Amino acid sequence: MSELLQFLFSGLTVGAVYALVALGFTIIYNASDVVNFAQGEFVMLGGMLTVFTYAAGLPLPLAALIAVLVTAGVGVALNKLAIEPARGAPVVSLIIITIGASIFLRGGAQVLFGKQIHRFPSFSGDTPFRIGGATILPQSLWVFAGGIAIFIGLYLFFTRTLTGKAVLATSNNRLAAQLVGINTNWVMTLSFALSAGIGALAGVLITPITNTSYDVGIALALKGFAAAMLGGMGNPKGALAGGLLLGVIEAMTAGYLSSQYKDAAAFIVILLVLFIMPQGLFGAKQTERV
Amino acid sequence: MSALLSVEGLGISFGGLRAVHDVSFAVKPGEILSVIGPNGAGKTTLFNMISGVYRPGAGRVMLNGEDVTAMRPDLLARRGMSRTFQNLQIFQNMTVLENAIAGFHLTESGSLMADLLRLPASRARARTAREGAMRLLERVGLERAAETDAGNLSYGRLKRLEIARALALDPKVLLLDEPAAGCNAVETEEIDHMIAEVAASGVAILLVEHDMKMVMRISSHIVVLDHGEKIAEGDPATVSRDPKVIAAYLGAEAGEETDA
Repeated sequence: MSELLQFLFSGLTVGAVYALVALGFTIIYNASDVVNFAQGEFVMLGGMLTVFTYAAGLPLPLAALIAVLVTAGVGVALNKLAIEPARGAPVVSLIIITIGASIFLRGGAQVLFGKQIHRFPSFSGDTPFRIGGATILPQSLWVFAGGIAIFIGLYLFFTRTLTGKAVLATSNNRLAAQLVGINTNWVMTLSFALSAGIGALAGVLITPITNTSYDVGIALALKGFAAAMLGGMGNPKGALAGGLLLGVIEAMTAGYLSSQYKDAAAFIVILLVLFIMPQGLFGAKQTERV
Repeated sequence: MSALLSVEGLGISFGGLRAVHDVSFAVKPGEILSVIGPNGAGKTTLFNMISGVYRPGAGRVMLNGEDVTAMRPDLLARRGMSRTFQNLQIFQNMTVLENAIAGFHLTESGSLMADLLRLPASRARARTAREGAMRLLERVGLERAAETDAGNLSYGRLKRLEIARALALDPKVLLLDEPAAGCNAVETEEIDHMIAEVAASGVAILLVEHDMKMVMRISSHIVVLDHGEKIAEGDPATVSRDPKVIAAYLGAEAGEETDA
């Protein structure tokens, strides 16, 4: 029993990070139909930039804030320099551009930060709490809290604010949104900033547990993508559920089967989703109006 | 009174096809200018150039004395131009009411923080937009469908919803692309009255419509396009007698017969 609980805790922790990556996918996908494969690099940049600003002597919260803001800036640059000039190109081309951007960012990070593994200390110590025979790190609680805060923040943003509604309107019908006076270029920029910032925050939260290096983004992007597919691409609730579920599936696979198969779990999930329910758990059924 | 919207020598080609060539006209406040012509004459293409969807190959569009050629639709909306589409641009995933409320986007803007905290000012703005949207839905006869998903509406009703949303922007210039398409005789007459009413309030209206009875009834001025070029222009009576117009619609022979 305590073993199961332990797996559940570690699964939910890593799942919360997958959920945040999946949320990042969701935001950009909704605004532009593009699946942004540089999403994992945003997570890497978040952790990495915190490592170096922290090492430069800044207090950790400030270092984290700078990392999130700089990464959001990178997201905006990606949109302005690579996506916007290709406006009108088929979505597949845009997706390939994001794969290129991801390779570029990874290469840049390798040159800038080196190939070593980096880390910074946990936010509030490493003394684990004991719950029902299992242990949980204080940093895991930070990951949960961060994930929940972002999810609630996004929910309020999209349901209450005019800007949030403008993003939803743009995702629903770009031309109609322009007709009512919504600046859809600004909506795109905002989506990339938001998505990159959320990715960076995920990186900041998880790095004390998993450490970071220039190439952690690939695996995270894949897992986040699997989570978003599982939940239903484009649905924020689906991203959350898909992320947590995938994290738990992975942890259970690692615990009860073999940790060697841990990474296979995500791929099997993608395959099963595509075979059995391509629209995902929460995805809308596609119907064409005739 | 000077023209609110004027189009000067507008033209565009797609590949080798000259879709619209050297078209000029002007609309004054309160006027209804109809653009007519056989299918494929370039009417919708002309609309798309005026409203910033296509970039014109030649000529310019002046709105209120400002050159707005190839300006983005959202910037045109801010300057008082609003339009509807022949093939509908509706937010399918929203309700009818939400679609109409979206039309108030520009007047509803406030601070992000006020929205998040649901401050009274932000709630008041939302209420104003909702009430305004509801009034517009009543005006187009959709008030009872307010909570329906827009995707479930018939084509004729979606056309009216699109008109309501366009009016929500409180436009100075309104472009209507076949507003009566898919509507029955009664509905057409209602739309008729509505357009006349909107024009009477000082809005310049540019209309593309196939229902000739409607066009002849409400237009103050008509521009006739054929093969992308303006072949005639004038008040309804003049245009309907113009042999070139009759020829374009009925074929050359019929035109000659009328001449005789």
